[in-house]
Amino acid sequence: MRITVTVDGTTYTDDVEPRLLLVHYLRERLGKVGTVVGCDTSNCGACTVHLNGRSVKSCSVLAVQADGAEVTTIEGVARDGKLHPVQQAFHDNHALQCGFCTPGMIMQSIDLLGDHPDPDEQQIRHGLEGNLCRCTGYQNIVSAVRQAADTLGAKQ
Amino acid sequence: MTATLPEVGKSRLRKEDDRLITGRTRWTDNLTANGMLHMAILRSPVAHATITNIDTSAAKTMPGVVAVFTGADFADEQGSLPCAWPITPDMKSPPAPSLAVDKVKFAGEAVAVVVARSAYEAADAVNAVDVDYSDLPVVLDMRAAVAEGADLVHPDLGTNESATWIFDSAAAGTGGDVEQAITDAEVVIERTYRQQRLVPAFMEPRSMLVDPTGAQFTMWSATQIPHILRLMIALTLGVPEHKVRVIAPDVGGGFGGKLQVTPEEIITFLVARRLAKPVKYTESRSESVQAAHHGRDQWQKLTLTAKRDGTVTGLKVELLADMGAYLRLVTPGVPILGAFMFNAIYKFPAYKFVCTNVFTNKVPTDAYRGAGRPEATFAIERIMDELAAELGVDPMEVRRQNWIKHEEFPFTTVCGLTYDTGNYEAATDKATALFDYDGLRAEQAKRRAAGDPVQLGIGISTFTEMCGLAPSRVLGSLSYGAGGWEHAAIRMLPSGKVEVVTGSSAHGQGHETAWSQVVADQLGVPFEDIEVIHGDTMSSPKGLDTYGSRSLTVGAIAVVKAAGKVVEKARPIAAHLLECAEDDLEFAGGKFTVRGTDSATSIQDIALAVFAAHNLPDGVEPSLDSEATYDPENFSFPHGTHLCAAEVDTETGAVKLRSYVCVDDVGVAVNPLIVEGQVHGGLAQGISQALYEEAVHDEAGTLTTATFADYLLPSAVDLPSFTTDRTETPSTSNPLGVKGVGEAGTIASTPAVVNAIVDAVRHFGVTDIEMPCTPMRVWRAINGSSADGTDRSTAGAGGGLGSIDTTPGGAQ
Repeated sequence: MRITVTVDGTTYTDDVEPRLLLVHYLRERLGKVGTVVGCDTSNCGACTVHLNGRSVKSCSVLAVQADGAEVTTIEGVARDGKLHPVQQAFHDNHALQCGFCTPGMIMQSIDLLGDHPDPDEQQIRHGLEGNLCRCTGYQNIVSAVRQAADTLGAKQ
Repeated sequence: MTATLPEVGKSRLRKEDDRLITGRTRWTDNLTANGMLHMAILRSPVAHATITNIDTSAAKTMPGVVAVFTGADFADEQGSLPCAWPITPDMKSPPAPSLAVDKVKFAGEAVAVVVARSAYEAADAVNAVDVDYSDLPVVLDMRAAVAEGADLVHPDLGTNESATWIFDSAAAGTGGDVEQAITDAEVVIERTYRQQRLVPAFMEPRSMLVDPTGAQFTMWSATQIPHILRLMIALTLGVPEHKVRVIAPDVGGGFGGKLQVTPEEIITFLVARRLAKPVKYTESRSESVQAAHHGRDQWQKLTLTAKRDGTVTGLKVELLADMGAYLRLVTPGVPILGAFMFNAIYKFPAYKFVCTNVFTNKVPTDAYRGAGRPEATFAIERIMDELAAELGVDPMEVRRQNWIKHEEFPFTTVCGLTYDTGNYEAATDKATALFDYDGLRAEQAKRRAAGDPVQLGIGISTFTEMCGLAPSRVLGSLSYGAGGWEHAAIRMLPSGKVEVVTGSSAHGQGHETAWSQVVADQLGVPFEDIEVIHGDTMSSPKGLDTYGSRSLTVGAIAVVKAAGKVVEKARPIAAHLLECAEDDLEFAGGKFTVRGTDSATSIQDIALAVFAAHNLPDGVEPSLDSEATYDPENFSFPHGTHLCAAEVDTETGAVKLRSYVCVDDVGVAVNPLIVEGQVHGGLAQGISQALYEEAVHDEAGTLTTATFADYLLPSAVDLPSFTTDRTETPSTSNPLGVKGVGEAGTIASTPAVVNAIVDAVRHFGVTDIEMPCTPMRVWRAINGSSADGTDRSTAGAGGGLGSIDTTPGGAQ
C-alpha cells in the first residue's frame, strides 16, 4: 500500500506492507531510530509518538493507519535548536538514567501536559501509567513533568 | 574556561543526557551495516525434551530467507558457554550449548535460527521450522530436586546438585561454633524464607550485530561487559582474541541482566562467520523474559540464636539456590556473594553458611542487582524482626543492641571481612527523625487498639553491603576465574582537552559525568574540557566492566591513579619551563607554581609544550599520557537505615506504602544528584520484589509471566515518593573515600517493605508472607490459609494473569 505521512515536519510517500507497524516504518524505513521498541505487548510505552497531536504507542499502530497523518517523534520536538521544555526538564531533574524509556516518556509527558496543564503528583503518575521505567523509580520524572508544567504555564 | 573546584560533591547535570533526550542514541538495534541480514531464533516451547527431528525445508523456501541453521550445524564449533566461577573443585557444570543440539533443558532455549533479508521475513520463516520433541521429566522445584530418587535435569551427572559451598566460622578461625551456640542458646529462632525468581527486565531488549567483513570480527552488543565478552568469545570459539572487537554502544540498562556471555551473542557470531555477512539479532521482550537469565530464586533456612536479653549468639544459614538448567557466567557464585552478608551489621560470634546449588529445568539464574546480597539482607533483616517479636522488644532496639558501634571500626566480621568505616547510629538517628518513627508507632498502636480495618506497619532495614568487586586476591580465594582490578588511561590533547579512557562500561549510571568531575579535580581542568571514552575494546582496550557497584570504587580510582601519573610526568617539564627545581613546584588547581612566586604554568599549557616537544628536558618523552590499573585492597561497605510505613487493608489484603525514608551512607558522594537517582531506582526494584514481581512457571515448566502484561513491573502509580538523605562516613580504603551506590537501594528496601507488612498484621498471628506480597497472599495470611492445600487462586504476581500460587500464606 502507498502511504503519505508527515514525520517531524517532512513528508514521505512510501509503499509499505499492510502489516508494517508504525514504529518499524519510522525506524527501518525513515531511519528515525530515536523511537524505540521495548516490549511486544504495548505495556512499556517506549515507542510512544504523537499521531495528529495525540500520543500513541507506535508498536500498536500500523503504518497504513498513519496515512495522511502527522507524526511527531522525539527527534522532532526540539525547535530551532532549542530543547522542548519537557526535554529540558528531564535533563534538569535527572529524570533519566539509561535513557531507553526516555523518548516515550517525554512524548507521553507532553501529551499529559496538554490534558492537564497544571497537574498534581497523582495526575502526573496516572498520566504516565502506560510508560515503564526501570531505572529512576519515577520520582524525578514526576518532578520533571511538574517543572515543565511551570515552564509552559509561565510562557502562556 | 576555568575550572571551579572542587567538582566532587557537585550535583552536576549529566553530560549523557543530551543525546538521550533528543533521540540521537546509538542503541545496538539502531545500527546497520552494508548487506546486513536479520536473524530470528526458534525457541523450545518445552522445558525438557529430546529433539527427535527438525525439518527446516519449508522455512528455507520462504521469501527472503538466506539460511536456516540448527544446533547440528554448529555442534562442532559452538563450544560451551562459559562459567567463570567454579565455586568448589568438584562443582558439576554440564556443557552448555548456545544452540541446543539433541536435548532442550528449559523452555526458551534456542533450537534453530533463520537468517533473512528483513526482520519480518526472518520472523515469518522461523515459525515454519518444524521440531519434534520427545518429552522428558521436568524438574522445577528445588526442594524436590534434591530429594532421593528425583528426576534429573542432567542424567549424566547423576544428581541435581551442582555444588555445596560451606563457610564455617569455627573452621575458618574467624568465630565460634554455631552448633555449640544452638546448644547453649536461650532463644532459638528458626525461619524459612523464599526468595522468588525475578526477571531483571532492563528496558532495552538485548541486541547484537556482528560484522565479520573487516580485518577483525566486530560485535556490537547491548552488554554490560564488552571486555569480558571479547575474551570469552575468543576462549569459547577459539577465535584469536586480537581478531575480535566488541563494542557496547548506548546500552539501555542492565541491572546484572546484561552481565552475561549469552547464547544469542555466540550464535550471532557463528552465523555471521558462516555466512561472511553482517548479521543482527534483536530479541523480542517475550524472548528476553524467557531466555535472558533470571535472578534470585532461593530457599533460605535460618537459625538465629540469642540470649534472652537480646544479644545474638549465632547464625546458621542453609540455602538452596536454583541455578536453572545451566551454569552461566557467574551463576554459581551469586549465592556465595551472599555468604558474607548474612551477618550484616551485627556482631554474631558464630556463623555457618551452607549453600547447595541445584539444577532445574528453568532458564539459568545469574546476577541481578545486588546478586546474593539482597537475598542475604532480606533474610537477616526479616529474622531480626522475628527476634524482636519473640523478645517483645522494639525491632530497632534489638538491632541497636547488636550492631557494630561506630567507635568499633575498623571491624573484622565473623566471616573475616574488615568493614573499614561506618556509623549506623548516625544514619539511624537521622532516618528515624525524618520518618517520625515515634509518631508512627503511636498511630499504629491507636489503630490496633481501635480495630481499624486499615492497619499500619513499620518496617526496618539497617543494611550494609559489600561493594567494589573486588580485590583480585579475594576473588582468587573464592575460585573466581578473573581478577577485580580496573583500568584507566588519560590522554592530554595538544589543545589542553582531556580524554579519559575507562574500562568501566556504563549503561545508564552516568560515568561520563562523574568521571569528568573526578578528573577535573585531579588535573584542575574544566569539567567541560573532559571527554570520557568507554565501551569499545579498541578505544578502551582493557577493563573488567560494570557490575557489583564497582565502577566508582574501582574504576574511578584507576582514573585517579592515572591522573596522578599525568601530573608526575608534567612535573619535570614544568620545572624545566619555569626554570626551577622540581621540589620547588606546587601543583594545585591545574597549575604548577614555583613556591613563593607568581611564576606558574598550567597543565593544559604543558600539554601543548609536550606536543611541540621543542623545549623539553633531556631524556623526557614527549607525552603526558598515562594509564593505571587499580586493584582494590578491600571492598567498600555502604550502609544505611531504611524505614517503611505500610498501610494494610485487612479486608482486601491491599498494601499501600504510606512513606518510605532512607538514609544511606555511601561515603563521599561525587555527584549527589546521581547518587539520589541510583537510590530511587534501587528502591523501586527492591520494593517491587516485595510487592509485585515473580517469574512463575506452570507445572510443565512454561514461564507464564513471559511478557510485560504478565510480569508485573511497577508503573509511576505503583510507587510512592521516597524521602532520601545521606550521612557521609568516608571509606578509608580508597583515596576518594567513596563506597558505591548502585545496588544499595535494592538490597535494603525489600525487607523494609515486608517487615512493614508483617508488622501491620502480626497481631493476627502472621509471622511471614511470601513475596511478592500480593493482596491475595496478604489477605490469606490474615484470614488463615486453606488447610487442605487445594486453594489455587490466580490473583498473584503478574496482575492476576499468570501466577499460580499453591503456597499458603504465612498465618501460623
